[in-house]
Amino acid sequence: MPPARAWRNYPQLYRLEAARCTKCGTVHFPPRLVCSHCRNRSFETFRLGRTGQLVSYTVIRTPSAEFTGQAPFAVGIVEMDDRVRLTAQVVDVGFDELRVGLPVRLEFRRISAEGESGVIHYGYKAAPVRG
Amino acid sequence: MRDVAVIGVGMQKWGELWAKSIRDIWVESALMAMDDAGVDHIDSMYVGSMSPGLFSSQEHLESLLADYLGQHHVPATRVESACASGGLAFRLAWMEVASGLSDVVLASGVEKMTDVSGSEATHALATAADMKWEGMSGVTFPGLYAMMAVAHMHKYGTTRQQLAQVAVKNHENGSKNPRAQFPMRITVEDVIHSVQVADPLNILDCSPITDGAAAVILVPADQVKKYKKPGVKVTGSGHATDTIALHSREDLAAIRAAAIAAEGAYRMAGKTPKDIDFAEVHDCFTIAEILISEALGFFEPGQGGPAAEAGWTALGGRIPINPSGGLKSKGHPVGATGVAQIVEITEQLRGECGPRQVKGARVGLAQNMGGSGGSCLVHILEVM
Amino acid sequence: MAAGIIGYGAHIPRRRIKVEEIAKVWGADAPSYKKGLELREKSVPGLDEDTITLSVEAARNALARAQIDPAEIGAVYVGSESHPYAVKPSGTTVAEALGATPDCHCADLEFACKAGSEGMFVAYGLVKAGLIKYGLGIGADTSQGAPGDALEYSAAAGAAAFLMGDDDDKLIASIDETYSFMTDTPDFWRREHQFYPSHGGRFTGEPAYFRTVTGAVRGILGKSGMKPADFKYAIFHQPNGKFPKRVGKMLGFTMEQIDTGRLVPTLGNTYSGSSPLGLTAVLDVAEPGDRVLMCSYGSGAGSDAFVFTVRPRVRETRDLAPRTRWLLDEHVRYIEYGEYAKLRRKIRMAE
Repeated sequence: MPPARAWRNYPQLYRLEAARCTKCGTVHFPPRLVCSHCRNRSFETFRLGRTGQLVSYTVIRTPSAEFTGQAPFAVGIVEMDDRVRLTAQVVDVGFDELRVGLPVRLEFRRISAEGESGVIHYGYKAAPVRG
Repeated sequence: MRDVAVIGVGMQKWGELWAKSIRDIWVESALMAMDDAGVDHIDSMYVGSMSPGLFSSQEHLESLLADYLGQHHVPATRVESACASGGLAFRLAWMEVASGLSDVVLASGVEKMTDVSGSEATHALATAADMKWEGMSGVTFPGLYAMMAVAHMHKYGTTRQQLAQVAVKNHENGSKNPRAQFPMRITVEDVIHSVQVADPLNILDCSPITDGAAAVILVPADQVKKYKKPGVKVTGSGHATDTIALHSREDLAAIRAAAIAAEGAYRMAGKTPKDIDFAEVHDCFTIAEILISEALGFFEPGQGGPAAEAGWTALGGRIPINPSGGLKSKGHPVGATGVAQIVEITEQLRGECGPRQVKGARVGLAQNMGGSGGSCLVHILEVM
Repeated sequence: MAAGIIGYGAHIPRRRIKVEEIAKVWGADAPSYKKGLELREKSVPGLDEDTITLSVEAARNALARAQIDPAEIGAVYVGSESHPYAVKPSGTTVAEALGATPDCHCADLEFACKAGSEGMFVAYGLVKAGLIKYGLGIGADTSQGAPGDALEYSAAAGAAAFLMGDDDDKLIASIDETYSFMTDTPDFWRREHQFYPSHGGRFTGEPAYFRTVTGAVRGILGKSGMKPADFKYAIFHQPNGKFPKRVGKMLGFTMEQIDTGRLVPTLGNTYSGSSPLGLTAVLDVAEPGDRVLMCSYGSGAGSDAFVFTVRPRVRETRDLAPRTRWLLDEHVRYIEYGEYAKLRRKIRMAE
């Protein structure tokens, strides 16, 4: 993947920058040009908090080519406390600990690397909140 | 708008067709459809194919296939809507005939999936998800449907056994279909103990990797008498989209695009779910058939699992679903699936299905979808 | 005007491997290794953790304690001997993730295990000089020892981050004195393109670690006019459990002064993160007025020593981010050598 494809999303991948519709307040992550709720076109940028909870999850045991070395790994849909959802790997978790409602926190992790010589991509993954 | 009828269908036995290329497979089924209808010329053609580029390193497929079908210079269009490509090709062909623009239109679909490795095929299929915001997590298609299954189980108490029962029923039906890729019968135990793919889904919850094509010929309904076989009328067509990212949908335990497409098709046909005699639906995974049986209004939300377990969707049940064996047993060459559903419905309505024939079938429904429900097509066909 | 630490943070991966588990694979005698190294287990990073990710998490914790606008950070220094790239800075990714770009100076530092304290030193120096408002110094590593080598039992992963500033009301600990000691001593090295480091065996001890650390500590004591008894806590670079104890004893420090910041028995050697992580554990429990001595050591060889005085703000900031002992002791997961070999990329995979 050419570096620009990931680079242009560093604000989201690194800092969780989201857009809040100035008209209806709907939060979009990633940001969009048009609010899918009210079709307004102006937003304010803000950083999502890093905590949320799982609304669903699975354990990928048969991965696609790019993720072969990582399987098995857990993936979940996270409802962030800022009321927007995203999909992320769930790491540092026993597979039997996965459940709907599990509190998680997004950590900064390596997402993928282009072989041994290419660019390393970083972003967010969810880890259980250590209570 | 003119009424439109299906007048010919073609489809070979599906499977791992090592000796055949994408063009061989497609031309074979297109010729079968043309022969079935008794035509040697078409005015126009549509090809549904999700990713010939990734699976076969071949784009510009429509012109290539028109050439190899011996139909030089006909207008040809490739249609892509992930696994709903075939259903969409059918809808566009129907629109072209209905509009009066053409009189003989071929609707078809094809995918040659075994020319890449399993993990490459998984990747190609995963491109039907939001590659940026879902794809970076490594989630696969089985993974997305697994998360729908977890949500459905959490919300309604759907059980592992109920999921498995869908696969058992579809393999039972497929065992009566000579074109099915995996016609073997299986048990609930087989499903539950098969190789894990994405929890809670195992390999026997998943549709397979398949090479195959399917084709149908559409003509104006008032011209069917010119052709060999009885026509089957297209009375309803519905099409809807949704966010392709699963996480952007409010309810993970429902497929909203399917419900909206069904509403459109029911309204056009003047039918309700109770009027449907049988359905061919997109059981790419066992959970999908349960979700769709609810979205189509056959069962209340949350009742799809118990209905499958009670045998209501089996042949001879209240509403037989996937008498062909579905994607699960018949195979799922993604672009071809939506058209193959029309092939099965046409043959059922003509009464040609032998041991898997739905008795007295007069109204059939086809439901085809792309991704995790980001696109959906529903068609209703009736005996003329 | 006083300058020093206005925010500190640690991060440690959750996986651990025990000395016995490694010894079993190589047919080595675990009890003698445990006794010789005074080390029971070490942290192991996941496939998705590296110097950059550990640095970001530690720095986020430092920011949580400092409670400043990250855009006001004028310098970011990441010290490590395991930067993920040979060419391309770790610090740019860290600064971008924190929101410190673009108005910021940034550099990656490398000096074996001393790179972290170098970042602290430079960030502090720039604040002291009035060139920047806040500066961030990070020590982080995900180091590897060759399979079967003595280093394999100790090479661990972790990070510590320190925000330096001179707002009097923000200081958690002032830096009262610094001193560096440095000679050309080849006790440990890794050439370009080599996966594992090499070392001089027992040469790493007397003429390297002990000569350098004692030189630096004697230097800073002389410069500041202080003696060991003036300190509540002392933190020395900890490649194993034994060295910091022995060097402390040589210099006249007691075990009571050393133990709070001696994390190595259950953490392992986090290289550039080693003495900086010890400092975070001390700040987690220190009281206002406490004097703290920290002395790093990097092979090659050099030491940076610091004298800190803890400020009252330490009390109100320590629970704004996870405490280091908690990161070290809670929610850990033990793995076997097979998983360790996979995570540390010691298994040859298909192309």
